[in-house]
Amino acid sequence: MAAIEVHNLCKRYGKVTALDHVSFVVEKGELFGLIGPDGAGKTTLFRLLATLLNPDEGSATVEGCDIVKEYRSIREIVGYMPGRFSLYQDLSVEENLNFFAALFGTKVEDAYELIEPIYKQIEPFKSRRAGKLSGGMKQKLALSCALIHRPKVLFLDEPTTGVDAVSRSEFWDMLSDLKQRGISILVSTPYMDEASRCDRVALCNEGKILTIDTPDAIVRSFDRPLYAVSCSNMFGLLCKARADRGVVDCYPFGSTHHVVANDEFAAGQFVDNMKAQGLSDVVVEPAQPTIEDVFINLMKR
Amino acid sequence: MKEPIISVRNLTKRFGNFTAVNAISFDVEKGEIFGFLGANGAGKTTAMRMLCGLSFPTSGSGKVAGFDVMREGEKIKRHIGYMSQRFSLYNDLTVWENMQFYAGIYGMSARDSAARSTELLQRLDFLNERDTLVGSLPLGWKQKLSFVIATIHRPSIVFLDEPTGGVDPITRRQFWELIYEAAATGTTIFVTTHYMDEAEYCSRVSIMVDGEVRALDTPAQLKKQFAAESMDEVFRTLARGAKRGE
Repeated sequence: MAAIEVHNLCKRYGKVTALDHVSFVVEKGELFGLIGPDGAGKTTLFRLLATLLNPDEGSATVEGCDIVKEYRSIREIVGYMPGRFSLYQDLSVEENLNFFAALFGTKVEDAYELIEPIYKQIEPFKSRRAGKLSGGMKQKLALSCALIHRPKVLFLDEPTTGVDAVSRSEFWDMLSDLKQRGISILVSTPYMDEASRCDRVALCNEGKILTIDTPDAIVRSFDRPLYAVSCSNMFGLLCKARADRGVVDCYPFGSTHHVVANDEFAAGQFVDNMKAQGLSDVVVEPAQPTIEDVFINLMKR
Repeated sequence: MKEPIISVRNLTKRFGNFTAVNAISFDVEKGEIFGFLGANGAGKTTAMRMLCGLSFPTSGSGKVAGFDVMREGEKIKRHIGYMSQRFSLYNDLTVWENMQFYAGIYGMSARDSAARSTELLQRLDFLNERDTLVGSLPLGWKQKLSFVIATIHRPSIVFLDEPTGGVDPITRRQFWELIYEAAATGTTIFVTTHYMDEAEYCSRVSIMVDGEVRALDTPAQLKKQFAAESMDEVFRTLARGAKRGE
């Protein structure tokens, strides 16, 4: 039995199809990422799996329990951290933790060893009201509360959105630790670079899954030649490169532009073409595709 | 040297005995895309609020768009553009109504506001959607519309607070092309972001740590200075040294 099984799940809100026949499986102990922008259907999927919504079509199970018929059992075994901070702002850190423990009929001490690595970072502020915590501390408190009943499966909806690069990386370290303890984790993020921290990922957009695989395999699936180009006039280069015969697509990528090339592309020819149009210092180098390149490519197909 | 559009010296903001922003000094030149980065809790938001005329500094001096940050907050507000990270157009107004509403707030005449709105929609290739309700637009379009509306009163500088959070990678790039275009026509862009690849698109980048500006230069120079491959690495090096927990 897998931790999560999703078959053809659909959810519509009026005319909007938020989730459009989505299927995937998360194995036990897996750290599975849903990678996609706003509007991809990530939050709807979490709400369905957390039994807060019923699907219009399709079915899903969490630890073998059906999300419609066995919602009570699911609520006992999953920990859910919604995207919006949903603890009680006017309760202290400690009060929130005790409250959530009481809801699940347990005590903080019983789970302390599990939450300790996370909770000890905010323990010095345990009498502070949750509403007065900084973003990063709120996130740690919310994760502690989601773990208080020792869930088998953890749902984390965009836990790193709006968080700086260093704190994000620390958060992923915490998730790796939880995975080591056998917890299955479904986590969503709009940051493509976080895909590499997952065992497998589903790239999703507008209610559909574009592809599912390990981050390595997804990157290897990029089947066109890719180059990084740069010069002193980057905006000019962007416009001119797009009009070049050997170029399928060109888009800004950090300090360079990425060029997706066709068979006609030759680096020397490209440099000459650009020079003929007034860009004399163009540099072309082969580039390694990233998850973001794959995502862009899949979106455009 | 071109005339700076932002010029601040020792700008400081204290809340009780907590110094949120500690004596920051820098200039932003006309037409620059200035990236304003910092770890969570570094004081970015507080600094930006002072630059936008929303909060008065405790001490220091400076000018934004020609007005004094210590005394002329109201005038600053009227002369800058601002796009917040939270979507702030009206979903139940049409594209055109939103534009007229914001133009009105900035005191533009009906004729000027209509002409300017038409010009902006033309540039976005969006004239056909002028009577569409904003609420029914795809997210990427809402984002682009927010940006052009932030420039409706022809401000010389626009502040963008994490404009691309949660936006798909294609729209995110289209958005940056709009920024490039605006900068190329002389509008100064002051932008915060958590995407480090976007830091590379800026003319210059400042990085705040613990209330201070710890680094400020072109992305190429910063990478050289910190012997780093990418802006991501530069940022991590600086932010890791942060004393102030967030």
